[in-house]
Amino acid sequence: MAIISQEEAKKILDKVLSFSKADEMSVSLNGGRTSNIRYALNSVSSGGEFDNMSLLISAGIGKRLGSATVNEFSDQAIERTVRRAEEIARLAPENSEYMPMIGPQKYLDTPTFSENTAKMDSEYRAQVAFDSVAPCMEKNLSAAGFLQDSTGFSAIANSKGLFGYNKATSVDFSVTVRTADAKGSGYVTRDFNDIAKLNAADTTQIAMQKAMASTSARAIEPGKYTVILEPTAMSTLLQSMMSGMDTRLADEGRSFLSKKGGGTRLGEKLIDERITIYSDPTNPDAPSEPFSGDGRRGFAAINFLGGGGVGDGRPQEKVTWFDKGVVKNMSYSRFWADKKGVKAIPPPTGFIMQGGNQSLADMIKSTERGILVTRLWYVRMVDPKTLLQTGLTRDGTFYIENGQIKFPVKNFRFNESAVIVLNNVESLGRPIRMNGNMIPPVKARDFTFTSLSDAI
Amino acid sequence: MSMGAAGILLPTLPAFSRTITAEELMEPGLDVSIKKRLADAALNAATSKGAMYADVRIGRYLNQYVMTREDKVQNIINTESFGVGVRVIANGCWGFAAIGDTQSEEAVARTAERAVAFAKAHAKLLKKPVQLAPQKGFGEVSWKTPVQKHSFEIPVKEKTDLLLAVNGAAMANGADFVNSVLFMINEQKYFASTDGSYIDQDVHRIWPNFTVTAVDKASGLMATRDSLSAPMGRSYDYLQTAPPDRLTGVTTRYNKGYDMLEDATAAAKQARLKLKAKTVEAGKYDLVLDPSHTYLTIHESVGHATELDRVLGYEANLAGTSFATIDKWQSKNFNYGSKEVNFFADKTQPGSLGDVGWDDEGVKTKQWDIIKDGILVNYQAIRDQVHILGETESQGCCYADSWSTVQFQRMANISLAPGKERLTVDEMIKDVKKGIYIIGDGSYSIDQQRYNFQFGGQLFYEIKDGQIAGMLRDVAYQSNTQEFWNSCVKVCDERDFRLGGTFFDGKGQPAQINSVSHGSSTARFNGVNVLNTSRKI
Repeated sequence: MAIISQEEAKKILDKVLSFSKADEMSVSLNGGRTSNIRYALNSVSSGGEFDNMSLLISAGIGKRLGSATVNEFSDQAIERTVRRAEEIARLAPENSEYMPMIGPQKYLDTPTFSENTAKMDSEYRAQVAFDSVAPCMEKNLSAAGFLQDSTGFSAIANSKGLFGYNKATSVDFSVTVRTADAKGSGYVTRDFNDIAKLNAADTTQIAMQKAMASTSARAIEPGKYTVILEPTAMSTLLQSMMSGMDTRLADEGRSFLSKKGGGTRLGEKLIDERITIYSDPTNPDAPSEPFSGDGRRGFAAINFLGGGGVGDGRPQEKVTWFDKGVVKNMSYSRFWADKKGVKAIPPPTGFIMQGGNQSLADMIKSTERGILVTRLWYVRMVDPKTLLQTGLTRDGTFYIENGQIKFPVKNFRFNESAVIVLNNVESLGRPIRMNGNMIPPVKARDFTFTSLSDAI
Repeated sequence: MSMGAAGILLPTLPAFSRTITAEELMEPGLDVSIKKRLADAALNAATSKGAMYADVRIGRYLNQYVMTREDKVQNIINTESFGVGVRVIANGCWGFAAIGDTQSEEAVARTAERAVAFAKAHAKLLKKPVQLAPQKGFGEVSWKTPVQKHSFEIPVKEKTDLLLAVNGAAMANGADFVNSVLFMINEQKYFASTDGSYIDQDVHRIWPNFTVTAVDKASGLMATRDSLSAPMGRSYDYLQTAPPDRLTGVTTRYNKGYDMLEDATAAAKQARLKLKAKTVEAGKYDLVLDPSHTYLTIHESVGHATELDRVLGYEANLAGTSFATIDKWQSKNFNYGSKEVNFFADKTQPGSLGDVGWDDEGVKTKQWDIIKDGILVNYQAIRDQVHILGETESQGCCYADSWSTVQFQRMANISLAPGKERLTVDEMIKDVKKGIYIIGDGSYSIDQQRYNFQFGGQLFYEIKDGQIAGMLRDVAYQSNTQEFWNSCVKVCDERDFRLGGTFFDGKGQPAQINSVSHGSSTARFNGVNVLNTSRKI
């Protein structure tokens, strides 16, 4: 799948808009390739590739919106699709929360594209899998892993003069290594825009070491413990908090950011003053798309409760969400922001949690008694008002005493809130990229483990 | 894992789908003779490039989602996704490639060749060649979900009117917010393989669903109550069964027909009651679990644990493995549950989400036992695994969620068989001294080998000395799979047997969804550990 250049994309989008008879029209063009290789028991298990390119056209007529898609680009096909979007709009029910499309925007340049990743082929992927499997076989360990890469572009435009274009690549790699007797298991995951940053052999070593070190885990009593949550674990715990920054939900009294008696907790100190979390699409280590809602994503993943906008093209800027523990900004749908007369900050597509200078080893060294947690699993919301979540530790859980890892421990189930964890912070380590975000390891006291699991 | 059980989550639309009008949902797909030509082009291209086996799936996937909140229609999405996926074995290794929106035999043949090239490139990493169970060809055959009222024939206006009426009923009865949604799905799947099968299937599913929210701003409390509907392998007739197939009791529950308006009315009143309900005292309780709740516990602790690909280690990197290892099955005496506990897999259960004629690798579907009198007796497997069980024929558990994704082992409907002795829910509750009666699914989580789990619910009723003593809140129970199913002391009889299910069961990398039902009658579990989930932040 060839990446269409900015100039070519603009030509297509301008043509679409020239056919419009609607009150307003927005259009997005997305294309790309996603490929993967999957392996288990040290052997390839599946692999495949899918290509796609399509044009999504949304016509606004009064307070009605209709969308249609097409993947042919002849004048006739485009005009036919424009007419279809207009017809669907006329048939659609009126949306009392419809917002007129926005005018031209200035988008940040984001370093989301890597030529190295765009050039990957099935031989390259097989080599990555081989580099991961080979050291495991040497040590009589069993690897199960997954590598997925994608290369694509998105371009957006509307009849009010808005235009945006972005190219992006991504690589996601993860591997679980288990001992031959199935008594030890370790995990590692990394994601990048540039495949050159992935060294599969070195990365796999982390999972191998965790697998070998975690055999014959001992059971210790569940209860409250000081924990060191590695970035993989911390990232999972933070997801629901960072995707729950919507103001409307909080105003409606159904969010952790709702204030008792009404209103939101904007401006309140909610977590420890050492915690600052912001988003920045230009961050060189974890860049993200410069605009929100590229059209396709808009209609595929509308936040059902929060009422997200359909491909509204709002610029993603640097936004501080928590500043030294204070709720500094919250996100808005354009409708809700308009109603409240404030700037409609879109929800972040990636975030950066500031950390400290300590290495993980330093953090362990300064721990008198605690648990090192590699990964959290099956984390689900128990109570959205308190952000209480439950889930389990997995693939490398260790007991620390007097600054040293003493022995592996059996996995625990936890019931804990990210807000409570971020209030109980003892120290922060150096952030690494995790799932498109930058996350530090976090040491926190009084983490609530409620039962033991026999799972390995 | 299940991805749609708690609250209303809007799923990502099928890959590469296009939006269409409601009328276009009713247009026929490609004629079967054209599909056969495309299929043969793929199969011939694959074998001529050296594939020893090939199958091709030509899929047209139609969805309609109608979404509302309070007095507003938020969105109506009609989508169609059409394409061709080709899977091959070459040099002993699987390969897959897919192409969208084509009727070109040439393009399909090139896709088959790409699949062979993938297989050959990846074969270098292969330890053991794929061993595929033999499967006879069925020739040209077809299957269709029995449909009394086609969902796409019902005008959109009738659907939005229904949901707005549902929302109105909820708001009039004490709700502060309500979201309601209708998911309607039609999979038109054509499968062909080098075994000589050409299978045309037309599969329908529906899920009416809502979440009612009540808020008390002064206390900062919030309570929700989700719909007690089940997603079904049915069409719009699930909403039009007359008279509604309901079970009365402490709250009305539904079987083969669902009254959404009635349930929303009850939900709003119950959400307000939940705000004032007594917070549970943590400790051991006997649990009486309604089928609208139990399906999810079955799904997580029995359904996933007995998937053979997990047992073998193929899902170790994400979904995990299983405690139900081969040696436990071979021992023929592994007590998965008490003697009351019998589980069967069934891909032919009428009205269930998993009901099809053939699976996605051309195997005729059937019913088989998984747990018999408490003992683990079998797993769920597909063609490239079933030899491990010493069997020569697959059980028919293969599924892909799109033409663009590769098929693999997915869960069959797994159900708890009803008790053999006559027993009603009221009779069951009468014997409980200190217990909780749980209705509906809530928060859910289980470890990667399916030992330790925690479940919430929608409605919790305290049972004291055989009587319902009022509503509880902040309830979740934690247990271990083997311990839990061994604490099952009674299961109500077949008169209470109902299906629950999930539309969005996630598994695999890249992740795919699967729809699956789980039936049960109300069941009692003694001495289960209950937590209080209330917190302050």
